[in-house]
Amino acid sequence: MENIEGQEGEAWTTIIRPQHPWYQFELGELWKYRDLIQLFVRRDMIAQYKQTILGPLWFILQPLFTTLVFTVIFGKIAKIPTDGLPQFLFYLAGTICWGYFAECLNQTSQTFLANAGIFGKVYFPRLTVPISKVISYIFKFIIQFAMFVVFLVYYYWQGAPVHPNLGVLALPLIVIQMAFLGIGCGLIVSSLTTKYRDLVLVVGFGVQLWMFATPVVYPLSQIPEKYRIFFALNPMTSVVEGFRTAFLGSGSLSAPYYLLGVLITLVICFVGIVLFNRIEKTFVDTI
Amino acid sequence: MATALQIENLAKEYRLGSIGHGALYMDLKSWWCRLRGKEDPNTPLYTGVRGNGGARTFWALKGVSLSAEQGKVLGIIGRNGAGKSTLLKIISRITAPTIGEVKIKGRVASLLEVGTGFHPELTGAENVFLNGAILGMTKAEVKSKFDEIVDFSGVGRFIGTPVKRYSSGMYVRLAFAVGAHLEPEILLVDEVLAVGDAGFQKKCLGKMDEVSREGRTVLFVSHNLDAVSTLCDRVIWLDEGQIFLDGPAQEVAPAYLDAMLKQGTADRAPARLQGKMFYFKKILPVDAQGEFLPQVKSGGPLTLKLDYVCRPEVKSENIWMTVVFGNNRVSQAFSCPFEFAAADKAGLREEGSFTLTLPFLPLVPGVYEVRCAVFINGLKVDRFPTLLRVEENVNLQESDASQVPHHKPLGQDNLFLVDYRWSLDQDRQG
Repeated sequence: MENIEGQEGEAWTTIIRPQHPWYQFELGELWKYRDLIQLFVRRDMIAQYKQTILGPLWFILQPLFTTLVFTVIFGKIAKIPTDGLPQFLFYLAGTICWGYFAECLNQTSQTFLANAGIFGKVYFPRLTVPISKVISYIFKFIIQFAMFVVFLVYYYWQGAPVHPNLGVLALPLIVIQMAFLGIGCGLIVSSLTTKYRDLVLVVGFGVQLWMFATPVVYPLSQIPEKYRIFFALNPMTSVVEGFRTAFLGSGSLSAPYYLLGVLITLVICFVGIVLFNRIEKTFVDTI
Repeated sequence: MATALQIENLAKEYRLGSIGHGALYMDLKSWWCRLRGKEDPNTPLYTGVRGNGGARTFWALKGVSLSAEQGKVLGIIGRNGAGKSTLLKIISRITAPTIGEVKIKGRVASLLEVGTGFHPELTGAENVFLNGAILGMTKAEVKSKFDEIVDFSGVGRFIGTPVKRYSSGMYVRLAFAVGAHLEPEILLVDEVLAVGDAGFQKKCLGKMDEVSREGRTVLFVSHNLDAVSTLCDRVIWLDEGQIFLDGPAQEVAPAYLDAMLKQGTADRAPARLQGKMFYFKKILPVDAQGEFLPQVKSGGPLTLKLDYVCRPEVKSENIWMTVVFGNNRVSQAFSCPFEFAAADKAGLREEGSFTLTLPFLPLVPGVYEVRCAVFINGLKVDRFPTLLRVEENVNLQESDASQVPHHKPLGQDNLFLVDYRWSLDQDRQG
């Protein structure tokens, strides 16, 4: 015990202060809690499909049925062109990308409200919760993507005009962009919902409307060139178009627009984390 | 001795009333009305503050500085709202302070928040790992203590069963086992949160003693003065967010008790009571002349005078109040509820008093907590705990046995004076 006295002053492991500077993300602490993130991911995966008959099969059924409905309504009835691609593949590509993003956004936007009880009792880096959500949905996306590949191979073998190309190597980047965008938007919403509960209601239909502002059920080529800049401001446009360009060989977004999408994604993600860090310190008092 | 925790000039400000209205359109409406110089339509009623949305503040802690030595049990006492729980919340990093700094050496854990984050669908083992990680342990740490945790919990072969199938006892034992094996350098115990289960409380207190003997620091918040005096090396008395007294348990605990017994004589008027529909200003035991009585006699009459402040609006509401008597052995020994009839409500003034009379106080000598609460439309709008010292009733014991034969307390183990008599069946004997 005696030797501790000598080094007093430097031995503090934690210092609690009113506010941290906005640029201090405490990523080191997040790293210390990496086991927690892993366990949260496991919990989410187990809890989601426990006591369901079909279990993880739902991962596949959800996008499959959505795509079938889109194919019938937008493809067969509304006859929206799909750049000459098989309609089913075209809609499936859009659906699984949009599905992952929407789920990230929906789940992370509930971070504070859904975890108010536990956050009010124990301290751990709050960012572990949204991060684990995004990671657990990646597994779901991978399964859906595998299904997409199966259909892609089938259509290719049937001689459909699909052209997978080297762009497929960018898939990890596309997934990361979706995750960043989903978590960024989700964090902004969850931070604001601690004060404004209205936003909870907005998110539900807002995400749906956003989907129609993104080329999911129609190709960007249908949009006149002069309006494309507005679509490019929506980072999900670059995600969906990028995915289709890589795997199906059809897309109409030019390189600068891709960069714009990535840039906006990074800004949203950054703003989300800064807001979240500000709110997490005192949200217990306002909720 | 090394310092485990150092707090410097800590203060925490809470906002009262409403800052935002919880809905964006209402905030916009308020803003729009202020812009045009009109009255804010969303100003809460009764605040008396107009124009700024009723944002008033209240300091739960103001300038608290203290340091805790390693391996000591530090007790924190104080009335409701003195800032005890706020202090623990800041130390455990659940909320941030407004001003000041807390420096900590090592891991902080709160003993009574057991079972936080338990997921019903996961098995016992999975929950041990998840809960351990939430409390700040790594997977490797949990793994090395896993067998010990399972042994301690006594859950045994059910460890692979989802916890939703556990009995509530198994659930709590498993949760407590994880918390008990966390081995934090600083342990926070908020006794106020531990309701009911006396056995569980005893286990917690036992664990605290053990933890401090292992050279770790304990911060113990409690209303239970007996526990504080026996367990704590040092006691800090918080009052209205400030340290009122800091010293050895033998000095602070009796001083606190004395103050609490006298407390009723002073008016209660903190700013945060303003705007309440109804609150108690003062609660005193009084004698026949209406004078303050510092102690009452066991088995004798008790008259409590409750001074209140209320708003005229309450007359149209549904009001009831209650006075609960208890101590640290039995939290609710008995209570005296009162429901306001129309005539009673008509008699309410802006400030007035009620009298509660018990012709025969059925409690043995000791210190009791008297908790007064008032409910309006089912919601508790104010509660006011006060202490009551009940002393030996000499008259009762010395009086003729034929006059008061069955009102004798039977030693310290009992709580109540009861009316009873035995009789022998004469016929059979004959």
